[in-house]
Amino acid sequence: MTATTTATTAHVNSLTTGQLPKWAPWAILLGSWVLVGGVFALMNTGGDPGDFNVGGTMFLGTVLFVVLLTVFSTVAENRRKAMDRLVTALVVSAFVVVLIPLASLLYTVLINGLTRFDAEFFSSSMRNVIGEGGGAVHAVWGTLLITLGATVISVPIGLMTSIYLVEYGRGRLAKAITFLVDVMTGIPSIVAGLFASAVFVAFFEPGIRMGIAGSVALSVLMIPVVVRSSEEMLRLVPNELREASYALGVPKWLTIMKVVLPTSIAGITTGVTLAISRVIGETAPLLLTAGITQGLNTNLFSGQMTTLPVFVYTQYRSPGMYPDEAIARAWAGALTLILIVMVLNLVARLVAKIFAPKLGR
Amino acid sequence: MTTASPARTAQRGVRRLGDRVFSGTAVGAGIVILLLLAAVALFLITQSIPAFTVDPEDVSILRGQSFVEYVGPLVFGTIWAALLALIVAAPLAIGIALFISHYAPRRIASVIGYVIDLLAAVPSVVYGLWGATTFAPIVRPFYVWLNENLGWFPLFAGDVSATGRTILTASLVLAVMILPIMTAICREVFLQAPRLHEEAALALGATRWEMIRMAVLPFARGGMVSAAMLALGRALGETMAVTMVLSVSGVISVELLTSTNPTTIPANIALSFPEAYGEGVNVLIATGLILFLVTFAVNALARYIVNRRSAFSGAN
Repeated sequence: MTATTTATTAHVNSLTTGQLPKWAPWAILLGSWVLVGGVFALMNTGGDPGDFNVGGTMFLGTVLFVVLLTVFSTVAENRRKAMDRLVTALVVSAFVVVLIPLASLLYTVLINGLTRFDAEFFSSSMRNVIGEGGGAVHAVWGTLLITLGATVISVPIGLMTSIYLVEYGRGRLAKAITFLVDVMTGIPSIVAGLFASAVFVAFFEPGIRMGIAGSVALSVLMIPVVVRSSEEMLRLVPNELREASYALGVPKWLTIMKVVLPTSIAGITTGVTLAISRVIGETAPLLLTAGITQGLNTNLFSGQMTTLPVFVYTQYRSPGMYPDEAIARAWAGALTLILIVMVLNLVARLVAKIFAPKLGR
Repeated sequence: MTTASPARTAQRGVRRLGDRVFSGTAVGAGIVILLLLAAVALFLITQSIPAFTVDPEDVSILRGQSFVEYVGPLVFGTIWAALLALIVAAPLAIGIALFISHYAPRRIASVIGYVIDLLAAVPSVVYGLWGATTFAPIVRPFYVWLNENLGWFPLFAGDVSATGRTILTASLVLAVMILPIMTAICREVFLQAPRLHEEAALALGATRWEMIRMAVLPFARGGMVSAAMLALGRALGETMAVTMVLSVSGVISVELLTSTNPTTIPANIALSFPEAYGEGVNVLIATGLILFLVTFAVNALARYIVNRRSAFSGAN
């Protein structure tokens, strides 16, 4: 029956009848934008063309598009397909909605950050700077040293714990550690700061601030991340490799050192780099533990230290008598911070790609 | 397996020195973590005891209120801001996760995954700076419009803040910050949905949405709930975005658009701790303990749901 109809009317394809053509959604989208834009333009007649409401046009136009698409689809197709098209439109617009803040954030940081992203910013500290000039060399050093301290504390503990969990862990202790590592991932960063601050106050005098306290606070946040990622990587090492090594009479610890770790070292490095990039942007715990200073201090064990995030925060929070200069420095600091984090992420990905073990084919 | 001779099997109990040292170090590292967490709990508890017993008149930070009166608005603000953020972020995160797992072509999907990771990598202080200086002025006209047209509704009542730095702005910034973690978990769960169920649904003539509704969402429900709770835990503990975006007055108020806003526990600690002394420090640590307990409960519940799901799901 259908076959004969198609034969007589050759230009109708029975597979696509009762469907909106492929270009229909795009046409409806463009149409609704133009329509809403026209309405806004009419409301704006006589006014300044710069007042044209672009955001409103895009937003209401998209809403109109979703409604029109659903209505057209209900009429031309059926309710089930209309529902499908509605959800597709919503899902795609959810994605676009999230892209907007990301684009805006990166754009603002780049534009505002470049005004003070100069040699002076990386060669001078804030000592004796009131208005123009000044820089973040002390904050860059503080960030590097405190993060290095946190890494030195966290990586051995985290890595050995993950080795314990994967290679040795049986029974209650392993379960308890797994659970507590999960708990630790959820510790709010400010609570880690309070903890480190309380510990150092207990051992020194009240109100003590020093770089190493910041490192301790950061390692509370970093250890669980290192444990999680290394554990995952160690579990990926195939058991055949371990068994082959045992069969050759190699002791367990040498098997771990010479077979398991080298196989998974790329993944572990990636995990550690990502963990560093996570804690390097922490502000709140360092505000409580490492303190704030205007000058360069490279001694982790005495005196206050400023890190880049804290530098950004203080420049924004207490701009002093020349707020424009301070805000410009804050943006430059934010740009530096984002660049550091991006580079770390990139390095992590490259390491994972280049040094990945050639398992299987 | 190691040896065939019965004389050597007796030696199996003897362990090499290297083995003992190595496994001892591994166990030791695990125990350090136990001790660390115990120390966190111990220090927070012992340091917060004075806050409950101290005379409110003696602590400048309490301004004569009792501890409960002081902490009440903070707890309200913390939960209120986090819930608002979750309400905004949850549908978006589920939408994006579906887009990545079931709508986008595979090549685009991996790029999008990278973009979402990028959102997660941006430090919170940058979000705070952006939220306070760029985002707040952008959304303010929208707030004015909401207030004029929906002002009868309690949430949008009151006088609109002149700066736009309200609890709603802070929650929106928080929502952007918790999106990546929620998207990542939802995406994982959606990808784990049994492929055969999906293909069976499509083969029976279901549209893509019907397939998702019947084969993916029921499977992923537990994972979505726990993703939402993990995101909530993140939002509860987030400090800098709220500290920098919100102009604080520390009241209990559900009005979203005014300049008198409730504040959150972490933001309050970040603002007050540098100047606190004596028992004031103990009061702040006690609020930190409350925050820790709340996030702990939320996270533990989320983990419980995840574990239960993985134990009973048919996929593995």
